[in-house]
Amino acid sequence: MPRKEIGLESTIDYLSILDTKGKPDKDLEPRIGKELLLDMHRAMVRARRFDEHQLRWQRQGRLGTFAPVIGQEASQIGTVAVLDDQDWMVPAYRQSAAALWRGTPLAGLLLYNAGYNEGGEIPEGQNDLPIAIPVASQIPHAVGIGYALKQEGSGHLAMTYFGDGATSEGDFHEAMNFAGVFNTPTIFVCENNQYAISVPREKQTRAGTLAQKAIAYGIPGIQVDGNDILAVYSAASEAAERARKGDGPTLIECVTYRMAVHTTADDPGKYRTQKEEEQWQKKDPIERFRKYLTARKLLNKKKIESLEEELEKEVKSAWDEAEQRMAELDRHPEVMFDHLYGEMPAYLGTQRKAMTDEDDDANG
Amino acid sequence: MAQNKVTTLQAINTALHEAMAQDDSILVFGEDVADPEEGGVNGATRGLSTEFGESRVRSTPISEQAIIGAAIGSAMAGMRPVAEIMLMNFSTVAMDMIVNHAAKLRYMSGGQTAVPLTIRVTTGAGFGTAGQHSDYLEAWFAHTAGLKVVTGSTPAETAGLLKACIFDDDPCIFIENLPAYWQKGEAPEPGQTIPLGKARIAREGSDVTVVTYGPQVAVAEAAAEQLAEEKITVEVVDLRTIQPWDRDTVLNAVAKTGRAVVSHEAVRAFGVGAEISSVIHEELFDQLRAPVQRVGAPSTAVPYSKALESAFVPDADKVVAAIRKTLK
Ligand SMILES: Cc1ncc(C[n+]2csc(CCOP(=O)(O)OP(=O)(O)O)c2C)c(N)n1
Repeated sequence: MPRKEIGLESTIDYLSILDTKGKPDKDLEPRIGKELLLDMHRAMVRARRFDEHQLRWQRQGRLGTFAPVIGQEASQIGTVAVLDDQDWMVPAYRQSAAALWRGTPLAGLLLYNAGYNEGGEIPEGQNDLPIAIPVASQIPHAVGIGYALKQEGSGHLAMTYFGDGATSEGDFHEAMNFAGVFNTPTIFVCENNQYAISVPREKQTRAGTLAQKAIAYGIPGIQVDGNDILAVYSAASEAAERARKGDGPTLIECVTYRMAVHTTADDPGKYRTQKEEEQWQKKDPIERFRKYLTARKLLNKKKIESLEEELEKEVKSAWDEAEQRMAELDRHPEVMFDHLYGEMPAYLGTQRKAMTDEDDDANG
Repeated sequence: MAQNKVTTLQAINTALHEAMAQDDSILVFGEDVADPEEGGVNGATRGLSTEFGESRVRSTPISEQAIIGAAIGSAMAGMRPVAEIMLMNFSTVAMDMIVNHAAKLRYMSGGQTAVPLTIRVTTGAGFGTAGQHSDYLEAWFAHTAGLKVVTGSTPAETAGLLKACIFDDDPCIFIENLPAYWQKGEAPEPGQTIPLGKARIAREGSDVTVVTYGPQVAVAEAAAEQLAEEKITVEVVDLRTIQPWDRDTVLNAVAKTGRAVVSHEAVRAFGVGAEISSVIHEELFDQLRAPVQRVGAPSTAVPYSKALESAFVPDADKVVAAIRKTLK
């Protein structure tokens, strides 16, 4: 009747490939085609510049509150880049970089952030879900999607995103448990950006890592340097291969930093130090990747400049497009009755018509 | 004496300070509520953890079920917890705890277990934060036996009612209105509480009675102001406690005028107004000079854009239109 240590089924790795100077660990460096490398770089810069513009427009009152991705570009692009078109992407509310990669237009995001649900329309054929506001609520969906994909025997997978704070919700634990028991092709990407609004990661859980939570559910977990796109991509590729082979789910914890505000209603100066922000600045995922690409002669100053110019133009013309749509939509408040049911019930039709006619008698 | 004006947020903050100073068993749980986390995302609990310590005022992980569940547990063990759920929409995550436990523990223990818990929630259209942020769920809670549902219409009212909830021995859902947080009004009298279950006549009138609560009280008052120019006088009843509501005050006020409008920001269909309107018809059918009218939001989700939001929230014109219907 001994008392003895129980050997846990798995351990948790930490993976980092690029150092802060952009120098790769040669043994770990993944083989990624040049085109994909440049696409990933472009996507990271595009997401960042877009948010920088959005933050300005929000301050000018042209956009509503939104959650910027700045600082988390590697953790999103490095993961989403392993998906193919038939895979599913299930975001929280901060995954603009991933959504843009998948094909969501800039103008759509702008429209959405200006307060128009129409902007949230997902282009035909893009297997993404709309954003989810209640923290962690999207995670079980990715398990169900994975289940359906498995049922179809498609070899496709579902990838879902959430923050460190989300790991405190029951939804996260219940979803991980389901995924383990049902062995679904689901990749759980936890973007540990150190804060849930103003609550630091240490106050969210006493566990040393978030990745280790996988152990309790019998699934593989890995912690990666989330500001190192090569590490993120490698971990995501492994997880995707596992899922496609029928070997089930994986939890990936990307250790990263929310370099900007939580949402535009927040002031980080009140709960974190400038020194901390500066330290993370040095680990900027875009700078690091640029150094790597430059050393590999895939990128140079001139190419960067022309990319920046091109993106500047693209973002501005997206704004013009979004603005035009807003003006059209504002004229029709009765659209608030659309999309509640597959077929509009008669009472809603009455209310809709009353609003069109500005007839107060008919509401209800 | 010049009146001291404060915002609703300041009034809530003062009420919490006063209550906590008065009773050591009061605990505050919620996301971001302690001072290192800014004392609440809107600052409602600011200063409390500094004054009363972080063991009484605790920022929690993002776990609504556990916030309410642990608050219920601590309430059963002698504490008086005040749990903050950041937005009313997220109370849905803790619905099991609220509906199956907080509301029912006294009943199911044959009266042995009280749950003196206050759940503070905030909500309200006005900031363009859309479908999963701004719902009005008071009818759900009012429909659940065992819960009290309370909301204030001015800073002083809010403070007095909040303290009454905290010191009440039953679970109370205390609904705050987000846009009203930054509106100013007279400061609450120190130490004042407002009894639960007692409505208030916010404005006297003799032609029509408008029964309402929360932010719609000011809207009803504005409607009354408009109609005063036509010599139509409107009585405005502020329910304060949505459940159990003050039938005597409401029925007396309606009996006096013979006409009633019930108004709220929540969706009109299946709303609190339906219950009140029914009771008025049941009790005062003979004395009514016109059918009771209801004002509420259209049957849809709170829309996202500002333009649509303002078409969604009932304004004074809608209340005036309903009043005119009772006068036809
Ligand atoms: C169920 C629920 N509770 C509370 C909130 C309010 N809220 C919005 S974002 C947030 C912090 C989430 O932090 P994390 O999961 O780490 O993601 P991040 O925002 O850092 O990306 C909170 C508490 C919410 N949206 N949903």
